[in-house]
Amino acid sequence: MTMPFGYASPEQQVRDKSEYARKGIARGRSVVVITYAEGILFVAENPSVTLHKISEIYDRIAFAAVGKYNEFENLRTAGIRLTDSRGYMYDRRDVTSRALANAYAQTLGAIFTESVKPYEVEIVVAEVGRSSDDDQIYKLTFDGSIADERGFVAIGGASDQVTTSLKEHHRDGQSLADALRTAVRALTVSVPPGMPQNGERVLAAANLEVGMLDRTRARRQFKRIGGRVLEDLLAETASA
Amino acid sequence: MADPLGGAGRLPAVFMAPGTSSFTDFLSQSAPHLLPGAREGLPAPVTEVAHGTTIVAVTFPGGVIMAGDRRATQGHMIAQRDVEKVHHADDFSCVGYAGTAGVGAELIRLFQVELEHYEKIEGATLSLDAKANRLAAMVKGNLPMALQGLAVVPLFAGYDEDDGIGRIFSYDIAAAMSEERTYESIGSGSVFAKGSLKKRFRADQSQADAVRIAIEALYDAADDDSATGGPDLIRRLYPIVAVVTVDGYRRYGDDEVEPVVSAIIADRSTSAGG
Repeated sequence: MTMPFGYASPEQQVRDKSEYARKGIARGRSVVVITYAEGILFVAENPSVTLHKISEIYDRIAFAAVGKYNEFENLRTAGIRLTDSRGYMYDRRDVTSRALANAYAQTLGAIFTESVKPYEVEIVVAEVGRSSDDDQIYKLTFDGSIADERGFVAIGGASDQVTTSLKEHHRDGQSLADALRTAVRALTVSVPPGMPQNGERVLAAANLEVGMLDRTRARRQFKRIGGRVLEDLLAETASA
Repeated sequence: MADPLGGAGRLPAVFMAPGTSSFTDFLSQSAPHLLPGAREGLPAPVTEVAHGTTIVAVTFPGGVIMAGDRRATQGHMIAQRDVEKVHHADDFSCVGYAGTAGVGAELIRLFQVELEHYEKIEGATLSLDAKANRLAAMVKGNLPMALQGLAVVPLFAGYDEDDGIGRIFSYDIAAAMSEERTYESIGSGSVFAKGSLKKRFRADQSQADAVRIAIEALYDAADDDSATGGPDLIRRLYPIVAVVTVDGYRRYGDDEVEPVVSAIIADRSTSAGG
């Protein structure tokens, strides 16, 4: 059987696109999302103070991403538009992370199959519940795959190494400081490309973007932690 | 009505399009029928709907107080005794309305989402002037409805983080915006409320003084305007009072408003003029 010139089998196309997306994502630094007693903590290695990887989406929902900035920013904006529209049309209580994660999965899946170039992103959508049993964390990858995670999840370049460290140190019901220590330790394990492979890396407040969904807050439960507050929390973490 | 936002499947292109940080602008593209004022032309002007009445706002050094009575009327009837017309707009501002209750509540709900939406997308809050301008645009959008009898005007007040002062913005139905640095009132009882505030306002008054004269202005409005409700001691329904300062928005609890109301009634009962 003769094949037309330039033919690539569907398997080959999917393989090529996946490899392309994975390579793009592997270049980025990792983000950790981890639960603690009163909520969910988001920690990203991000030297920029204005180009965020972590964002508020809705009252109890937040977003974290790695990969190509313009692509995940596009998804973040779409998520805020979707949740605000639904909250306005129905009620604030009817906005769920499950519906948002679903919309993201469908969108990423469609882009992966229909476009020549897939999105080079991995994202996490997390929703803080009334109790820790109701916390929800969804991890989505470039091809629209969706996974429901418990306790913690890492995305980005060295997510395997980071996950190994998280698995070792994560404890259910840990304090905020403990969760931050676990997250920062895990991020330190990963060595971003272009950095020397040996030698201890120290992640200071200036290189971290930290946010949290705190179930004890009223209404909008997302809060950024930065500056002095983060420095104090890191110091508390180091001395413990 | 089907969910225009897509129950399942890929997000529609409008969600992914770059552009506006305004929720109202976005909604006008994605689901225009959800916008207030987007109704078809009405066959006849509407008269028999609930109206909210009097709102007052008073500045004091470092902040602003907004208070509203609890009455909604429909013609000569009292439609609701415990309506809330003063609302949180965002962390540093509050908003109230007078006029058609249905349209007013919808307008405020959209305004709240508008401010929060911008804040989330941009990662920064709008300046107080920009918030006031956005509200003006929404009032303007309601003009066709206003001409058919569904008029509503908001009163907006907030703490200006740049200047460290409380500011008040009022509107007419054609969205002419004017800023007041002292006090303002809207609604059917506003003539009497303003008369009261004119005599009582002091530029150097404390926050507690501002609360007292705001509630007293509502008392005066209720005294002379049948559409404004006075404090309802039997049902324990007191005016809604909100304050915005450098510490942000805070609504007074009934346990804080009740003593002020009692003090005003005690003082008034000893005066021959009421």
